[in-house]
Amino acid sequence: MSNATATRSTATAAPVNVKSNARRVLLGRDANTVYALILVVILASIFVPFFAGVTTVSFLLIDAVPILLMAMPMALIIITGEIDLSVASTAGLSAAAMGVLFHDAHWSLGWVFVACLLVGLVCGAFNGILISTIGLPSLAVTIGTLALFRGLALVVIGDSAVADFPVALTTFATSTIGGTGIPTVMIFVLVVILIFGVVLHFTPFGRSLFALGFSKEAATFVGIHVNRSKFWLYVASGVVSSIAGVFWVLRYSSAQSDSVKGLELSVVAAVLLGGVSIFGGLGGIVGVVAGVLLIRTVNYSLQLAGLPDTVLTIVTGTLLVLSVIAPSISARLRLSADRKRSKNLPREATAT
Amino acid sequence: MTMSQSTSDSPRADPRGSSESTSVLSLISATKSFGAVAALTDGSVDLRAGEIHALVGENGAGKSTLVKVLAGVHQPDSGRFLVEGADVVFRSPADSKTAGISVIYQEPTLFPDLTVAENIFIGRQPRGRLGLIDRPAMRTMARELFGRLGVPIDPDRIADGLSIADQQIIEIAKAISLDARILVMDEPTAALSGVEVDRLFAVARSLRDRGTAILFISHRFDEVFELCDRITVMRDGAFIATHRTAEITVDGLVREMVGRDIATLFPKQEAQIGEVVLSVAGLSRSGVFSDISFEVRSGEIVALAGLVGAGRTEVARAIFGIDRYDSGSVLIDGKPLRRHTPQAAIDAGMGFVPEDRRKQGLVMDLSVARNATLTLRTQLARFGLINAKEERKAAEEWTTRLQVKTGSQDLAVSTLSGGNQQKVVIAKWLATNPKLLIVDEPTRGIDVGTKAEVHRLISELAVRGIAVLMISSELPEVLGMADTVLVMHEGRISAALDRSEATAEIVMHAASASPEILT
Repeated sequence: MSNATATRSTATAAPVNVKSNARRVLLGRDANTVYALILVVILASIFVPFFAGVTTVSFLLIDAVPILLMAMPMALIIITGEIDLSVASTAGLSAAAMGVLFHDAHWSLGWVFVACLLVGLVCGAFNGILISTIGLPSLAVTIGTLALFRGLALVVIGDSAVADFPVALTTFATSTIGGTGIPTVMIFVLVVILIFGVVLHFTPFGRSLFALGFSKEAATFVGIHVNRSKFWLYVASGVVSSIAGVFWVLRYSSAQSDSVKGLELSVVAAVLLGGVSIFGGLGGIVGVVAGVLLIRTVNYSLQLAGLPDTVLTIVTGTLLVLSVIAPSISARLRLSADRKRSKNLPREATAT
Repeated sequence: MTMSQSTSDSPRADPRGSSESTSVLSLISATKSFGAVAALTDGSVDLRAGEIHALVGENGAGKSTLVKVLAGVHQPDSGRFLVEGADVVFRSPADSKTAGISVIYQEPTLFPDLTVAENIFIGRQPRGRLGLIDRPAMRTMARELFGRLGVPIDPDRIADGLSIADQQIIEIAKAISLDARILVMDEPTAALSGVEVDRLFAVARSLRDRGTAILFISHRFDEVFELCDRITVMRDGAFIATHRTAEITVDGLVREMVGRDIATLFPKQEAQIGEVVLSVAGLSRSGVFSDISFEVRSGEIVALAGLVGAGRTEVARAIFGIDRYDSGSVLIDGKPLRRHTPQAAIDAGMGFVPEDRRKQGLVMDLSVARNATLTLRTQLARFGLINAKEERKAAEEWTTRLQVKTGSQDLAVSTLSGGNQQKVVIAKWLATNPKLLIVDEPTRGIDVGTKAEVHRLISELAVRGIAVLMISSELPEVLGMADTVLVMHEGRISAALDRSEATAEIVMHAASASPEILT
């Protein structure tokens, strides 16, 4: 407990920090997913005919748009230790509302968009109230609203499909930037990614989400509004999901009750594959983006290689299981490495 | 401190070496350490058939550890353990049960959705034809057990919703059905009303008269004297003395329980005591605490002493905005809090070092730096974004000032020792430059060396003008650190003492509300 010990530990701290910054970036959970993505792209380019090309970029990215969008709030929610399985149904309900308001009620498109966002907001707030204010488990609540919102979509639009959206708009939704094959909407998606990335990694709110994911009690003691934070995450999830729903309608020029059906599993899988811990507390936006692209690339290249859908489903499922197992194994390895490092320091015996 | 006379005047007082045929259980000089913390240095107790034997001592005297050794939860590091004259080694609670020992805890853990009878015979239900559970037989057996205890409880009702008293009776019934000859009751009366205590005592006496040996742990002297035949006193993990109840007084017991050298602690530094920082008036929450009023001035250390469960932490949590209160007021610098939330309390200049470091004080998997700056997260942000450089600087500054020993700021805080973890908790609050710091059991689970360092830290805070409200169950800590000692008993402040008038005996009496000195 002498001063000498104290200065020693700070003196060693400085060089360790420089190294550990590089280590963090290169060996972090995010990085693993990025490496995997690069590897899959290289393998696919070599082994899958017609994979390397502009068409691939175009199809791959445009299919990734709704998943990327919904994965952003999902990442934050899973980091706090909760989940939102109702995202695809919220998107579906927004899509149905869009069809009816435009086709049957003859609203102008501007108001239709506003109404769709409101639908998403209400759906998210409904989840948020049940989960944060009433304190029900998010898994149960959002499984319920997954069915509820989808059912409402069917009530709103029935069996019909609305397909008479302005051609200019639907063409814009599928347009690409010049000859790059990158969809124009990716610009908007990038803005959303940037917003969520900054919120998660560079704001006090983001810090509190990580704390919350590990220990709600400890978070409460430092003044984090546990329930309020969760509530707003679900609202954000609802709003972003409804944007994904609107995009879906424009991309396929069709609004129907089963729009965006079943996409929630891809979203959850991508987020977990991107290094977010299902137990909460760990994860990063870069990894999540890589996770989405990884899952899309694997699917797309297998499709392109002519494999049947069943194989595709099996591969996606396997990836999902791997994504849950892999981090806990690597975390265990890292923890023991940490222990070894800290053992070399002078320390009193651990109490209790 | 005088404590040796009463020990020597009874020739049968010392259980060590006593090999009387009536002894059903003897623990002789058992030791048990957790890391550097020695919880038990000389755990000794001698139980005879057909007696109720009290075990008394302060919080942290080692009673619970001794009970856990008897229950087979902990294995002693050394010492002898005899049951019915034969050496035993328990590797699990099951071994202890097999040897005829049953432990009744303060709050029994029944399965709430099973019936009373199912709870009693869980895992060893009577089987009928086809190997199925014979419910009628189980019911009859349960009814017979309750008949023997003289307490009518319906064996078919669901355990959920039963009073704690009834749940204890069920645990006792279970113990009898297991043929337990040794019954250990760990503070069984703490949550019971007067009538329920009487009923429990009646059951205990009838069991004693049938030859069961009962070890009864309680903080309530009146109960100890009313019920028990002999009393064993423990202090600082060691056996002090065993007395026949008739041969000892409450004052004698208290002296033995607290008699210890306080000078080994870090000497408190004199601090300039200034303006009132925290003023609490008439704070009440029904069933938890009532009419709590006190003030803490800048530079002053006010200790909330009392037994575990007296409501001290609950008061602190209410002040800090975590739990609600029904009536009363909390003023900081003469002003009420903006809102009743922890954030408002922090904004007003409060900090809270909670009792459970692992669950409440720290986010164990986050890095040292992130933990140290978690309270600063809004101050570190400019235009809503956290300045990573400033964050690192702040973390380094405060962990260095408190001499936290860690390999790197980026290591998970869980890799640190208990003492260093506690320093990180204190660091993160000091970083907010608080006017008032609440510290709840600041040295729990910390080894002796670091303990003194934490005491020095708290003392320095007071010198720097911070008002400190310290909750502590350790008497020496309270007496050594506090300018004012508030003693709580069952949700009320039972004594407010100045540093000069607070002695271990007075605090102990006020904490257990024994009338001898209070009146």
